[in-house]
Amino acid sequence: MQTKIVIEIAQLTKTYTLGLGQVPLRALEGLDLNVHEGEVFGFLGPNGAGKTTTIKILMGLIHPTSGTTKLLGQSIDNIQTKSKIGFLPESSHFYEYLTASEILTFYGHLFDLPKRTIKERTISLLKQVGLESSANMQLRKFSKGMLQRIGIAQALINDPELVVLDEPMSGLDPIGRKEMRGLIQNLKTQGKTVFFSSHITHDVEMICDRIGILVGGRLLRIGGLSELLADGKETLEDYFIRIVQEDRLG
Amino acid sequence: MKILAVAVNTYKEAIRDKILYNLLIFSLILIGGSILLATLTVGEQKKIIIDFGLASINLFGVFMAIFLGIGLVSKEIEKRTLYTVLSKPIGRTEFLLGKYAGLLLTLGVNVVVMGMGLYLTLMFNQFRWALPIWDVDPRLIEAIGMIYIELALLTAVALLFSTFTTTTLAAIFTLSIYVIGHVSGDLMKMGENSGQVGFLLKGIYYALPHLSNFDIKGQVANGIAIEPIYFLYTTLYALAYGTILIGLASFIFKRRDLR
Repeated sequence: MQTKIVIEIAQLTKTYTLGLGQVPLRALEGLDLNVHEGEVFGFLGPNGAGKTTTIKILMGLIHPTSGTTKLLGQSIDNIQTKSKIGFLPESSHFYEYLTASEILTFYGHLFDLPKRTIKERTISLLKQVGLESSANMQLRKFSKGMLQRIGIAQALINDPELVVLDEPMSGLDPIGRKEMRGLIQNLKTQGKTVFFSSHITHDVEMICDRIGILVGGRLLRIGGLSELLADGKETLEDYFIRIVQEDRLG
Repeated sequence: MKILAVAVNTYKEAIRDKILYNLLIFSLILIGGSILLATLTVGEQKKIIIDFGLASINLFGVFMAIFLGIGLVSKEIEKRTLYTVLSKPIGRTEFLLGKYAGLLLTLGVNVVVMGMGLYLTLMFNQFRWALPIWDVDPRLIEAIGMIYIELALLTAVALLFSTFTTTTLAAIFTLSIYVIGHVSGDLMKMGENSGQVGFLLKGIYYALPHLSNFDIKGQVANGIAIEPIYFLYTTLYALAYGTILIGLASFIFKRRDLR
Protein backbone atom coordinates (compact mmCIF):
# COMPACT_ATOMS: atom_id res chain seq x y z
CA MET A 1 0.00 0.00 0.00
CA GLN A 2 1.36 3.41 -0.99
CA THR A 3 1.87 5.65 2.06
CA LYS A 4 0.96 9.31 2.14
CA ILE A 5 3.56 11.74 0.83
CA VAL A 6 4.48 14.19 3.58
CA ILE A 7 7.18 16.18 1.80
CA GLU A 8 6.79 16.78 -1.90
CA ILE A 9 9.51 18.69 -3.72
CA ALA A 10 9.29 19.19 -7.48
CA GLN A 11 11.89 20.80 -9.73
CA LEU A 12 13.13 23.02 -6.93
CA THR A 13 15.76 25.53 -7.97
CA LYS A 14 17.33 28.30 -5.94
CA THR A 15 19.78 30.84 -7.24
CA TYR A 16 21.17 33.43 -4.84
CA THR A 17 21.87 36.84 -6.28
CA LEU A 18 25.02 38.12 -4.66
CA GLY A 19 26.55 41.59 -4.66
CA LEU A 20 27.11 43.76 -7.70
CA GLY A 21 29.49 42.23 -10.24
CA GLN A 22 29.36 38.80 -8.61
CA VAL A 23 28.18 35.68 -10.38
CA PRO A 24 24.84 34.39 -9.01
CA LEU A 25 25.18 31.27 -6.89
CA ARG A 26 23.04 28.30 -7.86
CA ALA A 27 22.37 26.46 -4.60
CA LEU A 28 19.73 24.02 -5.86
CA GLU A 29 19.10 22.67 -9.33
CA GLY A 30 15.87 20.92 -10.24
CA LEU A 31 15.51 19.00 -6.98
CA ASP A 32 12.80 16.32 -6.97
CA LEU A 33 12.17 14.52 -3.70
CA ASN A 34 9.31 12.81 -1.90
CA VAL A 35 9.29 11.76 1.74
CA HIS A 36 6.63 9.34 2.93
CA GLU A 37 4.59 9.30 6.10
CA GLY A 38 6.25 7.65 9.08
CA GLU A 39 9.73 7.35 7.60
CA VAL A 40 13.03 8.74 8.87
CA PHE A 41 14.68 10.38 5.90
CA GLY A 42 18.37 11.31 5.99
CA PHE A 43 19.39 14.18 3.75
CA LEU A 44 23.08 13.59 3.30
CA GLY A 45 25.52 15.92 1.61
CA PRO A 46 28.87 17.65 2.00
CA ASN A 47 29.07 21.21 3.33
CA GLY A 48 27.56 23.66 0.86
CA ALA A 49 25.55 20.98 -0.97
CA GLY A 50 22.27 22.87 -0.52
CA LYS A 51 20.79 20.93 2.40
CA THR A 52 20.07 24.00 4.55
CA THR A 53 18.75 25.92 1.53
CA THR A 54 16.29 23.08 0.84
CA ILE A 55 15.16 22.98 4.46
CA LYS A 56 14.79 26.77 4.65
CA ILE A 57 12.65 26.72 1.51
CA LEU A 58 10.52 23.96 3.03
CA MET A 59 10.04 26.09 6.15
CA GLY A 60 9.19 29.23 4.16
CA LEU A 61 12.29 31.12 5.28
CA ILE A 62 13.72 31.34 1.76
CA HIS A 63 11.77 31.81 -1.46
CA PRO A 64 12.55 29.36 -4.28
CA THR A 65 13.64 30.66 -7.67
CA SER A 66 11.41 28.02 -9.29
CA GLY A 67 9.75 24.74 -8.48
CA THR A 68 7.20 23.76 -5.88
CA THR A 69 7.14 22.30 -2.39
CA LYS A 70 4.30 20.83 -0.43
CA LEU A 71 4.27 19.75 3.20
CA LEU A 72 1.46 17.47 4.36
CA GLY A 73 -0.24 18.14 1.05
CA GLN A 74 -0.29 21.90 1.48
CA SER A 75 1.82 24.86 0.43
CA ILE A 76 4.05 26.35 3.13
CA ASP A 77 2.66 29.76 2.15
CA ASN A 78 -0.44 28.64 3.99
CA ILE A 79 0.49 29.58 7.57
CA GLN A 80 -1.66 26.79 9.03
CA THR A 81 0.55 24.15 7.39
CA LYS A 82 3.21 25.06 9.94
CA SER A 83 0.97 24.14 12.84
CA LYS A 84 1.70 20.45 12.17
CA ILE A 85 5.44 20.83 11.69
CA GLY A 86 8.35 20.93 14.13
CA PHE A 87 11.62 22.51 13.06
CA LEU A 88 15.10 22.64 14.52
CA PRO A 89 17.43 24.98 12.60
CA GLU A 90 21.15 24.39 12.16
CA SER A 91 23.22 25.53 15.17
CA SER A 92 20.22 26.59 17.23
CA HIS A 93 20.08 30.13 18.52
CA PHE A 94 17.38 31.12 20.95
CA TYR A 95 16.41 34.14 23.02
CA GLU A 96 19.09 33.79 25.68
CA TYR A 97 17.35 36.10 28.15
CA LEU A 98 14.47 33.63 28.50
CA THR A 99 14.46 30.57 30.73
CA ALA A 100 13.89 27.08 29.32
CA SER A 101 10.28 27.14 30.51
CA GLU A 102 9.65 30.63 29.17
CA ILE A 103 10.95 29.84 25.70
CA LEU A 104 8.75 26.76 25.36
CA THR A 105 5.76 28.77 26.58
CA PHE A 106 6.56 31.49 24.05
CA TYR A 107 6.69 29.01 21.16
CA GLY A 108 3.51 27.36 22.44
CA HIS A 109 1.71 30.71 22.16
CA LEU A 110 2.82 31.01 18.53
CA PHE A 111 0.80 27.84 17.87
CA ASP A 112 -2.19 29.35 19.72
CA LEU A 113 -2.17 26.34 22.03
CA PRO A 114 -4.32 26.56 25.17
CA LYS A 115 -2.37 27.69 28.26
CA ARG A 116 -2.94 24.41 30.03
CA THR A 117 -1.64 22.38 27.08
CA ILE A 118 1.45 24.61 26.90
CA LYS A 119 2.13 24.10 30.59
CA GLU A 120 1.69 20.33 30.40
CA ARG A 121 3.79 19.96 27.27
CA THR A 122 6.53 22.23 28.64
CA ILE A 123 6.88 20.05 31.74
CA SER A 124 6.78 16.79 29.79
CA LEU A 125 9.20 17.96 27.06
CA LEU A 126 11.73 19.32 29.53
CA LYS A 127 11.63 15.94 31.22
CA GLN A 128 11.93 14.14 27.89
CA VAL A 129 15.08 16.06 26.89
CA GLY A 130 16.54 15.87 30.40
CA LEU A 131 16.31 19.57 31.24
CA GLU A 132 13.69 19.52 33.99
CA SER A 133 16.21 20.67 36.60
CA SER A 134 17.17 23.64 34.35
CA ALA A 135 13.59 24.77 33.67
CA ASN A 136 14.11 28.15 35.35
CA MET A 137 17.63 28.78 34.11
CA GLN A 138 18.23 31.46 31.47
CA LEU A 139 19.42 30.02 28.15
CA ARG A 140 22.53 32.24 28.23
CA LYS A 141 23.86 29.82 30.86
CA PHE A 142 23.18 26.72 28.72
CA SER A 143 25.92 24.62 27.11
CA LYS A 144 25.81 23.79 23.39
CA GLY A 145 24.35 20.34 24.16
CA MET A 146 21.67 21.82 26.41
CA LEU A 147 20.72 24.35 23.72
CA GLN A 148 20.38 21.54 21.19
CA ARG A 149 18.05 19.76 23.62
CA ILE A 150 15.91 22.83 24.14
CA GLY A 151 15.91 23.10 20.34
CA ILE A 152 14.43 19.63 20.09
CA ALA A 153 11.90 20.42 22.83
CA GLN A 154 10.68 23.56 21.01
CA ALA A 155 10.39 21.56 17.78
CA LEU A 156 7.98 19.19 19.54
CA ILE A 157 5.88 21.71 21.51
CA ASN A 158 2.99 21.35 19.03
CA ASP A 159 3.13 17.54 18.87
CA PRO A 160 3.95 17.76 15.13
CA GLU A 161 3.25 15.21 12.42
CA LEU A 162 6.44 16.12 10.59
CA VAL A 163 9.75 16.98 12.26
CA VAL A 164 12.44 18.72 10.21
CA LEU A 165 15.90 18.83 11.75
CA ASP A 166 18.83 20.66 10.19
CA GLU A 167 22.12 19.05 11.27
CA PRO A 168 20.73 17.96 14.65
CA MET A 169 23.94 16.11 15.63
CA SER A 170 26.21 19.02 14.77
CA GLY A 171 28.47 20.02 17.67
CA LEU A 172 27.25 17.26 19.98
CA ASP A 173 29.57 14.87 21.81
CA PRO A 174 29.17 11.09 21.27
CA ILE A 175 26.73 10.81 24.18
CA GLY A 176 24.66 13.71 22.89
CA ARG A 177 24.61 12.18 19.40
CA LYS A 178 23.48 8.85 20.76
CA GLU A 179 20.68 10.55 22.71
CA MET A 180 19.64 12.45 19.60
CA ARG A 181 19.49 9.23 17.58
CA GLY A 182 17.37 7.67 20.32
CA LEU A 183 15.07 10.67 20.24
CA ILE A 184 14.62 10.45 16.47
CA GLN A 185 13.90 6.74 16.71
CA ASN A 186 11.39 7.48 19.44
CA LEU A 187 9.64 9.98 17.15
CA LYS A 188 9.41 7.29 14.46
CA THR A 189 7.87 4.92 17.01
CA GLN A 190 5.23 7.58 17.67
CA GLY A 191 4.38 7.52 13.95
CA LYS A 192 5.96 10.88 13.11
CA THR A 193 7.84 11.58 9.91
CA VAL A 194 11.40 12.82 10.45
CA PHE A 195 13.44 14.62 7.81
CA PHE A 196 16.94 15.50 8.88
CA SER A 197 20.07 16.73 7.21
CA SER A 198 23.56 15.62 8.10
CA HIS A 199 27.02 15.17 6.73
CA ILE A 200 27.81 12.46 9.29
CA THR A 201 27.23 9.13 7.51
CA HIS A 202 27.44 7.06 10.69
CA ASP A 203 24.37 8.75 12.20
CA VAL A 204 22.45 8.55 8.97
CA GLU A 205 23.02 4.84 8.36
CA MET A 206 22.04 3.97 11.92
CA ILE A 207 18.57 5.47 11.95
CA CYS A 208 17.32 6.27 8.44
CA ASP A 209 14.78 4.33 6.43
CA ARG A 210 15.81 6.17 3.27
CA ILE A 211 18.68 8.41 2.33
CA GLY A 212 19.05 11.14 -0.26
CA ILE A 213 22.53 12.27 -1.30
CA LEU A 214 22.71 15.90 -2.36
CA VAL A 215 25.84 17.25 -4.02
CA GLY A 216 26.20 20.66 -5.61
CA GLY A 217 22.48 21.34 -5.36
CA ARG A 218 21.54 18.12 -7.21
CA LEU A 219 20.10 14.92 -5.76
CA LEU A 220 22.52 12.26 -6.98
CA ARG A 221 21.16 9.19 -5.20
CA ILE A 222 18.08 8.25 -3.24
CA GLY A 223 16.98 4.99 -1.65
CA GLY A 224 17.15 2.69 1.35
CA LEU A 225 20.53 1.70 2.76
CA SER A 226 20.27 -1.80 1.31
CA GLU A 227 19.45 -0.38 -2.14
CA LEU A 228 22.34 2.07 -2.12
CA LEU A 229 24.85 -0.46 -0.83
CA ALA A 230 23.49 -3.36 -2.86
CA ASP A 231 26.84 -4.98 -3.56
CA GLY A 232 27.67 -4.98 0.16
CA LYS A 233 31.32 -4.05 -0.45
CA GLU A 234 31.20 -0.49 0.82
CA THR A 235 30.19 1.29 3.97
CA LEU A 236 27.86 4.29 3.58
CA GLU A 237 30.84 6.58 4.25
CA ASP A 238 32.89 4.99 1.42
CA TYR A 239 29.88 5.09 -0.87
CA PHE A 240 29.18 8.74 -0.03
CA ILE A 241 32.81 9.80 -0.59
CA ARG A 242 32.93 7.94 -3.91
CA ILE A 243 29.72 9.59 -5.14
CA VAL A 244 30.94 13.06 -4.15
CA GLN A 245 34.35 12.53 -5.77
CA GLU A 246 32.87 11.10 -8.97
CA ASP A 247 30.63 14.14 -9.24
CA ARG A 248 33.52 16.54 -8.69
CA LEU A 249 35.55 14.80 -11.38
CA GLY A 250 32.57 15.21 -13.69
CA MET B 1 -2.58 36.18 20.57
CA LYS B 2 0.53 35.49 18.46
CA ILE B 3 1.18 39.23 18.05
CA LEU B 4 0.77 39.61 21.80
CA ALA B 5 3.24 36.77 22.46
CA VAL B 6 5.87 38.45 20.27
CA ALA B 7 5.14 41.83 21.86
CA VAL B 8 5.52 40.50 25.40
CA ASN B 9 8.73 38.74 24.41
CA THR B 10 10.13 41.94 22.88
CA TYR B 11 9.24 43.80 26.08
CA LYS B 12 10.92 41.12 28.19
CA GLU B 13 14.06 41.37 26.08
CA ALA B 14 14.22 45.12 26.62
CA ILE B 15 13.58 45.07 30.34
CA ARG B 16 16.15 42.33 30.88
CA ASP B 17 18.78 44.41 29.09
CA LYS B 18 21.00 46.35 31.49
CA ILE B 19 21.65 49.08 28.93
CA LEU B 20 18.01 50.16 29.12
CA TYR B 21 18.26 50.56 32.89
CA ASN B 22 21.46 52.55 32.54
CA LEU B 23 19.74 54.90 30.10
CA LEU B 24 16.67 55.21 32.35
CA ILE B 25 18.69 55.87 35.51
CA PHE B 26 20.88 58.39 33.71
CA SER B 27 17.81 60.21 32.40
CA LEU B 28 16.25 60.31 35.89
CA ILE B 29 19.49 61.70 37.34
CA LEU B 30 19.49 64.37 34.65
CA ILE B 31 15.83 65.27 35.24
CA GLY B 32 16.40 65.41 39.02
CA GLY B 33 19.63 67.32 38.46
CA SER B 34 17.73 70.10 36.69
CA ILE B 35 16.82 71.33 40.15
CA LEU B 36 20.49 72.26 40.70
CA LEU B 37 20.53 74.09 37.40
CA ALA B 38 17.42 75.99 38.47
CA THR B 39 19.09 76.92 41.77
CA LEU B 40 21.95 78.58 39.93
CA THR B 41 19.55 80.69 37.88
CA VAL B 42 17.70 83.69 39.13
CA GLY B 43 13.92 83.29 38.74
CA GLU B 44 11.92 81.00 36.46
CA GLN B 45 13.15 77.87 38.24
CA LYS B 46 10.01 76.01 37.29
CA LYS B 47 10.37 76.84 33.59
CA ILE B 48 13.99 75.67 33.58
CA ILE B 49 13.11 72.36 35.22
CA ILE B 50 10.28 71.82 32.70
CA ASP B 51 12.51 72.74 29.75
CA PHE B 52 15.36 70.58 30.91
CA GLY B 53 13.16 67.69 32.03
CA LEU B 54 11.17 67.50 28.78
CA ALA B 55 14.37 67.74 26.74
CA SER B 56 15.82 64.84 28.77
CA ILE B 57 12.71 62.69 28.25
CA ASN B 58 12.84 63.47 24.54
CA LEU B 59 16.57 62.78 24.20
CA PHE B 60 16.58 59.52 26.13
CA GLY B 61 13.36 58.41 24.47
CA VAL B 62 14.98 58.96 21.08
CA PHE B 63 18.05 57.01 22.22
CA MET B 64 15.85 54.11 23.30
CA ALA B 65 13.65 54.19 20.20
CA ILE B 66 16.64 54.18 17.85
CA PHE B 67 18.84 51.86 19.89
CA LEU B 68 16.12 49.24 20.36
CA GLY B 69 14.20 49.89 17.13
CA ILE B 70 17.10 49.29 14.74
CA GLY B 71 17.62 45.79 16.12
CA LEU B 72 13.97 44.73 16.06
CA VAL B 73 14.43 42.59 12.95
CA SER B 74 18.11 42.85 11.95
CA LYS B 75 19.34 41.62 15.34
CA GLU B 76 16.98 38.64 15.07
CA ILE B 77 18.51 37.82 11.70
CA GLU B 78 22.10 38.40 12.85
CA LYS B 79 21.56 36.29 15.99
CA ARG B 80 19.53 33.70 14.00
CA THR B 81 16.73 33.70 16.55
CA LEU B 82 14.22 34.41 13.80
CA TYR B 83 14.36 30.97 12.17
CA THR B 84 12.57 29.10 14.93
CA VAL B 85 9.97 31.85 15.31
CA LEU B 86 9.05 32.13 11.63
CA SER B 87 8.93 28.35 11.22
CA LYS B 88 5.91 28.49 13.53
CA PRO B 89 2.44 29.44 12.25
CA ILE B 90 2.96 33.19 12.47
CA GLY B 91 2.99 35.48 9.44
CA ARG B 92 5.87 37.86 8.88
CA THR B 93 3.53 40.86 9.17
CA GLU B 94 2.20 39.54 12.49
CA PHE B 95 5.79 39.15 13.67
CA LEU B 96 6.61 42.76 12.70
CA LEU B 97 3.48 44.06 14.42
CA GLY B 98 4.38 42.12 17.56
CA LYS B 99 7.92 43.48 17.60
CA TYR B 100 6.62 47.01 17.06
CA ALA B 101 3.95 46.72 19.76
CA GLY B 102 6.53 45.31 22.19
CA LEU B 103 8.82 48.26 21.68
CA LEU B 104 5.93 50.73 21.97
CA LEU B 105 5.11 49.13 25.32
CA THR B 106 8.74 49.39 26.44
CA LEU B 107 8.94 53.03 25.37
CA GLY B 108 5.59 53.76 27.02
CA VAL B 109 6.73 52.38 30.37
CA ASN B 110 9.99 54.30 30.17
CA VAL B 111 8.34 57.57 29.17
CA VAL B 112 5.87 57.20 32.05
CA VAL B 113 8.73 56.57 34.53
CA MET B 114 10.68 59.57 33.19
CA GLY B 115 7.51 61.71 33.25
CA MET B 116 6.92 60.72 36.88
CA GLY B 117 10.53 61.68 37.59
CA LEU B 118 9.88 65.13 36.12
CA TYR B 119 6.67 65.59 38.13
CA LEU B 120 8.44 64.51 41.34
CA THR B 121 11.26 66.98 40.63
CA LEU B 122 8.75 69.79 40.10
CA MET B 123 6.88 68.85 43.28
CA PHE B 124 10.12 68.87 45.23
CA ASN B 125 10.86 72.31 43.80
CA GLN B 126 7.44 73.53 44.95
CA PHE B 127 8.11 72.11 48.41
CA ARG B 128 11.53 73.82 48.53
CA TRP B 129 9.97 77.22 47.83
CA ALA B 130 7.11 76.55 50.25
CA LEU B 131 4.57 76.56 47.39
CA PRO B 132 1.60 74.18 47.08
CA ILE B 133 3.11 70.81 46.18
CA TRP B 134 0.37 69.80 43.70
CA ASP B 135 0.50 73.08 41.81
CA VAL B 136 2.55 71.73 38.91
CA ASP B 137 1.64 72.27 35.28
CA PRO B 138 -0.84 69.53 34.18
CA ARG B 139 -0.07 70.45 30.56
CA LEU B 140 3.21 68.63 30.89
CA ILE B 141 1.25 65.52 29.96
CA GLU B 142 0.48 67.09 26.59
CA ALA B 143 4.19 67.57 25.84
CA ILE B 144 5.10 64.11 27.12
CA GLY B 145 2.27 62.59 25.06
CA MET B 146 3.57 64.30 21.92
CA ILE B 147 7.08 63.05 22.68
CA TYR B 148 5.69 59.53 22.90
CA ILE B 149 3.86 59.83 19.58
CA GLU B 150 7.05 61.10 17.96
CA LEU B 151 8.95 58.13 19.44
CA ALA B 152 6.30 55.75 18.07
CA LEU B 153 6.80 57.23 14.60
CA LEU B 154 10.59 57.11 14.93
CA THR B 155 10.35 53.46 15.98
CA ALA B 156 8.39 52.72 12.81
CA VAL B 157 11.21 54.36 10.81
CA ALA B 158 13.78 52.22 12.65
CA LEU B 159 11.66 49.10 12.09
CA LEU B 160 11.51 49.77 8.36
CA PHE B 161 15.30 50.09 8.07
CA SER B 162 15.73 47.08 10.32
CA THR B 163 13.93 44.85 7.80
CA PHE B 164 16.44 45.29 4.99
CA THR B 165 19.74 46.50 6.36
CA THR B 166 22.24 45.86 9.12
CA THR B 167 21.89 47.22 12.64
CA THR B 168 24.65 49.80 12.11
CA LEU B 169 23.25 51.12 8.83
CA ALA B 170 19.73 51.17 10.27
CA ALA B 171 21.05 53.33 13.14
CA ILE B 172 22.69 55.78 10.74
CA PHE B 173 19.61 56.01 8.51
CA THR B 174 17.15 56.40 11.40
CA LEU B 175 19.27 59.05 13.07
CA SER B 176 19.51 60.92 9.75
CA ILE B 177 15.73 60.80 9.33
CA TYR B 178 15.34 62.07 12.89
CA VAL B 179 17.64 65.04 12.28
CA ILE B 180 16.20 65.89 8.86
CA GLY B 181 12.68 65.37 10.20
CA HIS B 182 13.33 68.20 12.64
CA VAL B 183 14.60 70.64 10.04
CA SER B 184 12.16 69.71 7.27
CA GLY B 185 10.46 73.10 7.62
CA ASP B 186 13.76 74.77 6.67
CA LEU B 187 13.99 72.56 3.58
CA MET B 188 10.62 73.93 2.41
CA LYS B 189 11.78 77.51 2.94
CA MET B 190 15.05 76.83 1.11
CA GLY B 191 13.11 75.23 -1.74
CA GLU B 192 10.81 78.19 -2.32
CA ASN B 193 13.28 80.19 -4.42
CA SER B 194 15.69 77.53 -5.65
CA GLY B 195 14.32 76.42 -9.05
CA GLN B 196 14.80 72.74 -9.83
CA VAL B 197 16.74 72.09 -6.63
CA GLY B 198 13.80 73.64 -4.86
CA PHE B 199 11.50 71.09 -6.45
CA LEU B 200 13.71 68.33 -5.04
CA LEU B 201 13.81 69.95 -1.60
CA LYS B 202 10.02 70.24 -1.61
CA GLY B 203 9.80 66.56 -2.56
CA ILE B 204 12.02 65.65 0.39
CA TYR B 205 9.91 67.90 2.61
CA TYR B 206 6.72 66.08 1.74
CA ALA B 207 8.26 62.60 1.85
CA LEU B 208 10.01 62.85 5.20
CA PRO B 209 8.18 62.82 8.54
CA HIS B 210 7.63 66.29 9.99
CA LEU B 211 8.95 65.46 13.42
CA SER B 212 9.20 69.10 14.51
CA ASN B 213 5.38 69.14 14.59
CA PHE B 214 5.53 66.97 17.70
CA ASP B 215 7.84 69.35 19.53
CA ILE B 216 5.65 71.47 21.78
CA LYS B 217 8.10 71.60 24.68
CA GLY B 218 8.75 75.33 24.25
CA GLN B 219 5.04 76.20 24.19
CA VAL B 220 4.33 74.14 27.30
CA ALA B 221 7.32 75.55 29.22
CA ASN B 222 6.25 79.10 28.31
CA GLY B 223 2.58 78.50 29.06
CA ILE B 224 1.44 79.03 25.47
CA ALA B 225 -1.91 77.36 24.79
CA ILE B 226 -2.28 74.82 21.97
CA GLU B 227 -5.56 74.15 20.18
CA PRO B 228 -6.97 70.63 20.79
CA ILE B 229 -7.37 70.21 17.02
CA TYR B 230 -3.59 70.44 16.69
CA PHE B 231 -3.20 67.31 18.80
CA LEU B 232 -5.79 65.51 16.71
CA TYR B 233 -4.13 66.42 13.40
CA THR B 234 -0.60 65.54 14.51
CA THR B 235 -1.77 62.24 16.00
CA LEU B 236 -3.63 61.34 12.81
CA TYR B 237 -0.57 62.35 10.80
CA ALA B 238 1.64 60.04 12.91
CA LEU B 239 -0.89 57.23 12.58
CA ALA B 240 -1.09 57.56 8.79
CA TYR B 241 2.65 57.92 8.34
CA GLY B 242 3.37 55.05 10.74
CA THR B 243 0.89 52.78 8.93
CA ILE B 244 2.61 53.47 5.61
CA LEU B 245 6.04 52.75 7.14
CA ILE B 246 4.92 49.47 8.70
CA GLY B 247 3.14 48.48 5.47
CA LEU B 248 6.37 49.14 3.58
CA ALA B 249 8.38 47.21 6.17
CA SER B 250 6.00 44.27 5.81
CA PHE B 251 6.20 44.41 1.99
CA ILE B 252 10.02 44.27 2.09
CA PHE B 253 10.27 41.71 4.90
CA LYS B 254 7.84 39.27 3.25
CA ARG B 255 10.04 39.14 0.16
CA ARG B 256 13.31 38.79 2.01
CA ASP B 257 15.24 35.52 2.02
CA LEU B 258 16.31 34.66 5.56
CA ARG B 259 19.62 33.00 4.71
